[in-house]
Amino acid sequence: MENRTSEIALIHKAQAQNLKKEKTRQDFWVAVMWLFGLITVSILVLVVGYVLLEGVKAINWEFLTTSPKGGLSGEGGISTTIGTTFYLVGLTLLVATPLGVGAAIFLIEYAGEQSLSSKFLRSLIGVANFAVETLAGIPSIIFGLFGYALFVSTLKFGFSLLSAALAGACLVLPTIIRTTEEALLTVPDDYRRGSLALGATKWQTLYKVVLPASIPGIITGIILSVGRVISETAIFYVTLGGSYRMPTSVLDGGRTLALHLYYLAMDTRAFDKAMGTGAVLVVMIILINLLIDLVSRKLTTGVRKVQ
Amino acid sequence: MSARMIADKTVKYILFASAIISIIIVLAIGFFIFRESIEAWTELGVGEILFRTVWRPGQDQYGILAMIVGSVSVTFGAILLGVPLALGCAIFLADIAPSAVQSVVRPAVQLLAGIPSVVYGLFGMVILVPLVRKINVPGNSGYGLLAASIVLAVMILPTIASVAEDAIRAVPENYRHGSLALGATKWQTITKVVLPAGKSGIIAGVILGVGRALGETMAMIMVIGNSVIVPKPLSGNPLTFFLSQARTLTGNIAVEINYATGVHESALFATGVVLFGLIMIVNASARSIIRGQKFIEKAN
Amino acid sequence: MNNSKLETINYSLYYGNYRALKEINIKIPENKVTALIGPSGCGKSTFLRSFNRMNDLIAGVRTEGKVLIDGEDILKTDPVALRQNVGMVFQKPNPFPKSIFDNVAYGPRVTGLKDRQKLEEIVEQSLRSAALWDEVKDNLGKSGLDLSGGQQQRLCIARALAVEPTVILMDEPAASLDPIATLKIEDLIHELSVNYTIVIVTHNMQQAGRVSDYTAFFYTDETRTGQLVEFDETKTIFTNPHDRRTEDYITGRFG
Repeated sequence: MENRTSEIALIHKAQAQNLKKEKTRQDFWVAVMWLFGLITVSILVLVVGYVLLEGVKAINWEFLTTSPKGGLSGEGGISTTIGTTFYLVGLTLLVATPLGVGAAIFLIEYAGEQSLSSKFLRSLIGVANFAVETLAGIPSIIFGLFGYALFVSTLKFGFSLLSAALAGACLVLPTIIRTTEEALLTVPDDYRRGSLALGATKWQTLYKVVLPASIPGIITGIILSVGRVISETAIFYVTLGGSYRMPTSVLDGGRTLALHLYYLAMDTRAFDKAMGTGAVLVVMIILINLLIDLVSRKLTTGVRKVQ
Repeated sequence: MSARMIADKTVKYILFASAIISIIIVLAIGFFIFRESIEAWTELGVGEILFRTVWRPGQDQYGILAMIVGSVSVTFGAILLGVPLALGCAIFLADIAPSAVQSVVRPAVQLLAGIPSVVYGLFGMVILVPLVRKINVPGNSGYGLLAASIVLAVMILPTIASVAEDAIRAVPENYRHGSLALGATKWQTITKVVLPAGKSGIIAGVILGVGRALGETMAMIMVIGNSVIVPKPLSGNPLTFFLSQARTLTGNIAVEINYATGVHESALFATGVVLFGLIMIVNASARSIIRGQKFIEKAN
Repeated sequence: MNNSKLETINYSLYYGNYRALKEINIKIPENKVTALIGPSGCGKSTFLRSFNRMNDLIAGVRTEGKVLIDGEDILKTDPVALRQNVGMVFQKPNPFPKSIFDNVAYGPRVTGLKDRQKLEEIVEQSLRSAALWDEVKDNLGKSGLDLSGGQQQRLCIARALAVEPTVILMDEPAASLDPIATLKIEDLIHELSVNYTIVIVTHNMQQAGRVSDYTAFFYTDETRTGQLVEFDETKTIFTNPHDRRTEDYITGRFG
């Protein structure tokens, strides 16, 4: 007993010495982690801050409201590229939203049904989920190549808004599907049962009860997609042509803000105008992030109300 | 059958059709890119494309090995720089930062993910490239692997950080309590219990980051220099490897596709096939790891 | 009553504004088993966690009064050092997703021991003390998660013993186990009480009667504030309680 007591006392002494060392080590590494967090925020502040501060110098009313004039130093403003960006965003989402929302509804609401007992259909649904994951991982230049091969060349849509929007839709489809799926999953099953018990058909239940409850989630997906289309460059570089005139039909080519920035920086080396364009882009992205934050906050309070 | 029953059925078929559109797109992408590349594979030969470093469209030489090396090198550089920062950030957000600090850092990481790649490219051209150019080594233009790796590291940081943070948060709280109750410090708990337990999710995050890095196009074109050479050290110092210019697989496609015709165009699609294949392998391995992780969590 | 190992003086604990424990005074004797019993929500688990400052991990917790170990205020000791001295076994077995060996060696390793031979000795000794050695000695490389629930809990006890604590806190250690595994844990608690001060929270009256030398009865009124009603030798509490509420609880009139 005496032996054990003294032995334990020794162990405790060694532990106490070790603890001092461990505390120092902990203090060091925790400080390093803080530093990493700080570096990350600093990178953001540096990039965003620099682009905004430099970009503001190029931005004025004329810059925003006149069309690019081509030229060797990127003369002119960015009005048509803003217009083209909105045009393309709208067209892309017009294609992608119904498909994406429809796919999500099927994968969440119908895929588990008894009537889908056929082995072939079951495996098809498995493959569909896999395909969505695959799409999400495909780099945008591949979508660009695909759009170039199919829409621009084979279907002869040429370098146009239509080709670009169809290729762009492939890019944002997984985003819309996944966010809609998540929104549908948060709708309590009681809603569905309650409506079905009243004699509503499945579609009536979905249309009148489930979908309205998942609107904020669907909107989040759409806004995220807007951001992705605004930021995207590689796909449009190989499908949209690059003309800085305002497109008048979906078969016209065009130039988005991001694409314009690229041309200004790489072809004309007009860095000041490129910065101005970059600042407009960054402001748009910040606004979109704020909007998503707002909507998703609304989403969570909505769910809380439900519960 | 009543009208509303018919409507119910019709809607179901329409929804079904949209559900399988993803399958169709993936298959169509594979089909069209491969179809367009057949000419190159058959006329030039697989070996001539994959294992030759000379890319001279004017002389019908289409070796893409230099671009493969370029893509792998810049990805390696980005991982080297980005992973420690991203993991540090994930650990910080999951287990160290007070919630007020989290609510600043997390949106910052999200915003980093949203900034267009051309903006990163522009920032790289205007700020990083001139800085790199100051390193006094003959032949250093500023454009090259170093500037590209730095830009790319920042671009993959959000992907890795957010997947890794999720993985760390998914580690059951009772592991942490078990460790702390044994008299481990918080840092010991993180390194010896939490990180090993969340290992597969963290690795999956890194692999997804590799996938994103391999696929990045515009920012790379803007800062990497685009010379079709196998990158090599500019001087006796092996580190000057990173000052070498390079071209990525993605950049090769984007830079030339708009004016290429015939075999040249087909060879660019072949580049796309190689890129597509690489990314599929990378993403599939990340997915299988994530699945394994979910399985383990269920088993607990 | 002999030496008190743990002691609280006018100890109260708050979650934000809500008072969970009110002015608790207790002296827990050394190298004995003390059971904390009482109805759900009476704060006995919270009280247990006060002795190794695990409540520190919960945001918004505030305390008043004192908790002493060997006569020293635990707020003046470092929580990590305190936890090396005061081991804990949780309600749900929580072995790490590591091998049996690495689970038991975890504590000694984090407290600075690197010598492999010494580690092997400690692992064997701890597993023997936890009555698990014979079942796992050929399989020390197997994952701790592959053991049965009862074995996992004994592994967690071995893991706690390996740090050489003087106190072991047990928070309903048999709550998730079957009756046979429960009996094994109870036998183990008995054996361990020779060398360790053990404080155990339990819902199971018979268990408290079987394993403990002393029993503290906690109770809570409508305000949901836990308080200590009565503390005495277990046989006194079970046969001749002083307080009416203790008697009602023991005889199963409520709870």
